[in-house]
Amino acid sequence: MPANGAPTKITQGSQTKGGIGESTLRPDGTLKVTGEFAYSSDMWHEDMLWGQILRSTVAHAEIVSIDTSEALAMPGVYAVMTYDDLPTEVRNYGLEIQDTPVLAHGKVRHHGEPVAIVAADHPETARRAAAKIKVDYKELPVITDEASATAPDAILVHENRDDHHAGHVPHPNIVHRQPIVRGNVAEARGRADVIVTGEYTFGMQDQAFLGPESGLAVPEEDGGVHLYIATQWLHSDLRQMAPVLGLPEEKVRMTLAGVGGAFGGREDLSMQIHACLLALRTGKPVKIVYNRFESFFGHVHRHPAKLHYEHGATRDGKLTHMKCRIVLDGGAYASASPAVVGNAASLSVGPYVVDDVDIEAIALYTNNPPCGAMRGFGAVQACFAYEAQMDKLAKELGLDPVEFRQLNAMEQGTVMPTGQPVDSPAPVAELLRRVKAMPMPPERQWESSEGADVRQLPGGLSNTTHGEGVVRGVGYAVGIKNVGFSEGFDDYSTAKVRMEVVGGEPVATVHTAMAEVGQGGVTVHAQIARTELGVAQVTIHPADTQVGSAGSTSASRQTYVTGGAVRYACELVRERVLEIGRRKFGSYHPAWATAELLLEGGKVVTDGGEVLADLADVLEDEAVEVEEEWRHRPTEPFDLRTGQGNGHVQYSFAAHRAVVEVDTELGLVKVIELACAQDVGKALNPLSVIGQIQGGTTQGLGVAVMEEIVVDPKTAKVKNPSFTDYLIPTILDTPTIPVDVLELADEHAPYGLRGIGEAPTLSSTPAVLAAIRDATGLELNRTPVRPEHLTGT
Amino acid sequence: MDFLRPASWEEALAAKAEHPTAVPIAGGTDVMVEINFDHRRPEYLLDLNRVGDLYEWEVGEDAVRLGASVPYTAIMENLRAELPGLALASHTVASPQIRNRGGVGGNLGTASPAGDAHPALLAAGAEVEVASAARGTRLIPIDAFYTGVKRNALQPDELIRAVRVKKADGPQQYSKVGTRNAMVIAVCAFGLALHPRTRTVRTGIGSAAPTPVRAKTAEEFLNAALEEGGFWDNGKIITPSVAKRFADLCSAACNPIDDVRGTASYRRHAVGVMARRTLTWTWESYRGARRATEGAA
Amino acid sequence: MRVNFTVNGRPQEADDVWEGESLLYVLRERLGLPGSKNACEQGECGSCTVRLDGVPVCSCLVAAGQVEGRDVVTVEGLADYARQRSSGTGARGGTSLDEAKGWQAKGADSQTGEGAGLSPVQQAFIDAGAVQCGFCTPGLLVAADEMLERNPNPTDADIREALSGNLCRCTGYEKIMDAVRLAAARQSEGV
Repeated sequence: MPANGAPTKITQGSQTKGGIGESTLRPDGTLKVTGEFAYSSDMWHEDMLWGQILRSTVAHAEIVSIDTSEALAMPGVYAVMTYDDLPTEVRNYGLEIQDTPVLAHGKVRHHGEPVAIVAADHPETARRAAAKIKVDYKELPVITDEASATAPDAILVHENRDDHHAGHVPHPNIVHRQPIVRGNVAEARGRADVIVTGEYTFGMQDQAFLGPESGLAVPEEDGGVHLYIATQWLHSDLRQMAPVLGLPEEKVRMTLAGVGGAFGGREDLSMQIHACLLALRTGKPVKIVYNRFESFFGHVHRHPAKLHYEHGATRDGKLTHMKCRIVLDGGAYASASPAVVGNAASLSVGPYVVDDVDIEAIALYTNNPPCGAMRGFGAVQACFAYEAQMDKLAKELGLDPVEFRQLNAMEQGTVMPTGQPVDSPAPVAELLRRVKAMPMPPERQWESSEGADVRQLPGGLSNTTHGEGVVRGVGYAVGIKNVGFSEGFDDYSTAKVRMEVVGGEPVATVHTAMAEVGQGGVTVHAQIARTELGVAQVTIHPADTQVGSAGSTSASRQTYVTGGAVRYACELVRERVLEIGRRKFGSYHPAWATAELLLEGGKVVTDGGEVLADLADVLEDEAVEVEEEWRHRPTEPFDLRTGQGNGHVQYSFAAHRAVVEVDTELGLVKVIELACAQDVGKALNPLSVIGQIQGGTTQGLGVAVMEEIVVDPKTAKVKNPSFTDYLIPTILDTPTIPVDVLELADEHAPYGLRGIGEAPTLSSTPAVLAAIRDATGLELNRTPVRPEHLTGT
Repeated sequence: MDFLRPASWEEALAAKAEHPTAVPIAGGTDVMVEINFDHRRPEYLLDLNRVGDLYEWEVGEDAVRLGASVPYTAIMENLRAELPGLALASHTVASPQIRNRGGVGGNLGTASPAGDAHPALLAAGAEVEVASAARGTRLIPIDAFYTGVKRNALQPDELIRAVRVKKADGPQQYSKVGTRNAMVIAVCAFGLALHPRTRTVRTGIGSAAPTPVRAKTAEEFLNAALEEGGFWDNGKIITPSVAKRFADLCSAACNPIDDVRGTASYRRHAVGVMARRTLTWTWESYRGARRATEGAA
Repeated sequence: MRVNFTVNGRPQEADDVWEGESLLYVLRERLGLPGSKNACEQGECGSCTVRLDGVPVCSCLVAAGQVEGRDVVTVEGLADYARQRSSGTGARGGTSLDEAKGWQAKGADSQTGEGAGLSPVQQAFIDAGAVQCGFCTPGLLVAADEMLERNPNPTDADIREALSGNLCRCTGYEKIMDAVRLAAARQSEGV
């Protein structure tokens, strides 16, 4: 019987070493430091071929013709495939809307869209062959923004839409629209003593995971295929791949290979279908590895956004109302755009109490690169804007920005604009208090007896200042992120747990399809099994599709949902083990029948601590195995007109204080410190929790001061698809990140935990921007902020 | 593609004469990027790693003869006194790994306006020593070396042997603007060298024109202003108006473009700021050295 | 073409090498040493860092033909390299074939790395939580190990400068700083 969101009892960790709450070390750590951990790009097979993808060189065009003859004639080339070679009538895929062609059909809609694929015996042969494919494009005008997308004569990016959003959107070039209306804004506006408005722009961020898209597809004797792949969600890939390959799902086997980071960028398919198609066509294993250039075209990015906000407040600092309009650029294909719209709309007010709101969020179809999931997912863009608004309001009212936020901070019981009450701790004011209370980093740390240490100054090693023009600024921000899949999605996970005696020791094996992308889920699964089953040894089975879906490693949900599934399966295993124990030993001790029994330290013990039996003696040769699904509480869709609905299962909160030093003459920024306070409910592994917070914080820093995919508005072509020109923070750009972890249990969640991965990515960016504003006095309504913006040049 | 592996300088020149389209590769930090990203498929790669001469430097009376492949790390560590501007520039090159492989020969061969060494070489004063099997060695003044965007004065059969950089006779500085604190390509860069012996200053600007350039009008203005005010002798602080005029003239020497790394107007502005700051730093250092000398006398 | 060189003390020969191949490709695809990572192939991330004749370089930017006759240490050989350094037998050259094979057999199954024969910096990365996805880890380890060899007592700014060519996208670098500090501290205690 699958548990279905019944409130879970919060228990303390057991006495077994290495259980929850401890900073146990990663089970894959040794392999990762010796170079032996096998990432998807490390896969190798005797006789394997290399796949190569030919991508469009233009953003929007009709394909007049494709000539593959020269490529096919090259020695060493085993296959060349285009749209016409696809094996079935299912030729599109997509997470929610199947609008993405596996290979372009008659038209390309964005720069870098896959047009043809090649398999050859060496990557260079495959590249040369791909270069010999002749594609004749007839270019079309490009749709690049809201104006061009919704103009009366706009070309439709997708004609004949029949998806489930097509009926309610105001224009076919709008993927999805979510309004939220609550209270009476007109009336509330009348109560406002001050009103501030702002137009904000959020640039296109890339996940920039370090392990490029890659995988190995091996054809199997039964006509199926086995794919070794780096992904965030094996079963979602499988569901999209099998119909295109013309295979039943059981003939498409998938094993998770090592994943070199994800951050949302592996939620959509990349080379999965292409590698399988080529393997099935050639009968040989096919490996595809993107290089960094291709990787920028091979996955979706964070939606760039334009946000218009209006807030009102009374003289004593209480928010009266909020109006906003958020326009997200979804690019050429839908990907996760509808869900990003839902998040942006429902979290647009931030962690504040505002009863009267008028909200609209839309995502566009354009010819820009497709955008979809990235850490923070719709909430990031909104947080950047509403936090800028909070600072503006505080300034207007002459209030301290932190106190002003605290005055309006939501708490447990606050009703969201969607009408959903927040039914677990929401310590927004407390997080702000904590982050403000942290000691400030000393001034002028760059001064040393030998002169200025440029490594600690803006500009760093480039030696641009020895202190000239450098001004310090401090800024604060706080954000709210939903945890788990929302809006009525059936969000579940599956865990298979086995317990047996090996070499005289009880051993648990945990098998899930959870994608370990670096977050440390495997560490936590072992901890949960130790806590619940009282064993020292836990084996984590490789993730594959031989067990049920674990859902996605995204939305800060895996510890909650797959962790919940592992715990649930462990509980069932424990019950079965105790049944065996009662059967064998029940007559020897009355406690078997009367006491609350636990598994601890390899033994069955009473809650009073009395040992009843060794697990090894209970189990002997018997193995107990359970595979079960587990769900969190159900959610509801948002009403399409009013946005009302209990759409989210849990919220997560983090606050940041940024201290920056800005070279105001050159417009260069050095972030000195990014302090974070976050409520995590329960830290199952404190070391990993802090690692997540610091990593998320740094990605937020990146989009504050350097990270942006630049798309030419005239051609919709990407101008910087490389690590030379898409810059992510180095260790010299990243400050110390002190973290204050608060643990206020959410009684609805396993162990009281709260999903943590995304919240720190939200507030980090606006905190840095606020600090730069503090240093420069500039308004700065766009991120990333560039030297040009700080110098007015 | 063919891989040529000459074991000596003579063999390298012979190979280049035989295959003028051969692309020399030393540190590989430019060439391999182009190969990995499929931007370039040369017919021949001419590996210079085995030519030991290219990794040596000689400190002479007036100049350092710096082998084309001496890695930036070695310049930073060993030639800080003789070539302070170039040593500072070397420290801004990419990352430690790249500095361990790349050398000035590669910067000169690629002749990208963003090459970090160029402004330092222009400011210090240098000659590029090139050679061919047919015509032997010739010296190209650094001012005549850069002929266009990623073009230089090399003939197809020539290779860069060394660069002869004048030893510093006064303070030198180097600044580079990038949007990251390490591992960044220059948005623009500026090199400045004081030459007390000749009572002149020289400049170099990177990434702000189709080629690396000197700000000659600015140099002439400053030379005259320093002379007129007797600054070289009295060691006074340079007046803000002189520094500002110098900075403005350095900005005016730029002919930049808008690109993904920065706007033209920002580049002009930033070059001005760097010019003013490096002038302050070098002049302070000159004054300090002067005081020290006087104190000792 | 054919390329002969030494990797982790062991002579290696790669055949049919395309002239445009990088050292990184040869290590990963021809010699079965995929520990050095292919994250950017343009010298901008440091994930492929190896030591070439002792010097840390991006192996993606070394043409395969350039390593003829030279000596390469990869993350797979780091533990051995560190062990030889600490035992004073000289880190380079002179490793027997048996010794070179030795490291390949070890270290696959430990939960914590205890007893896996790791180098101090490898152990410190595990202990400090500096490993998340781990894709940047091999390059960082090679770079950090070399820095600690040169500079056993680095300041924070020294560590940041030495590792400024190695991108990490998961950790925010704080735990990497902790790991290098920890390795330095253990190293100085050990002496």
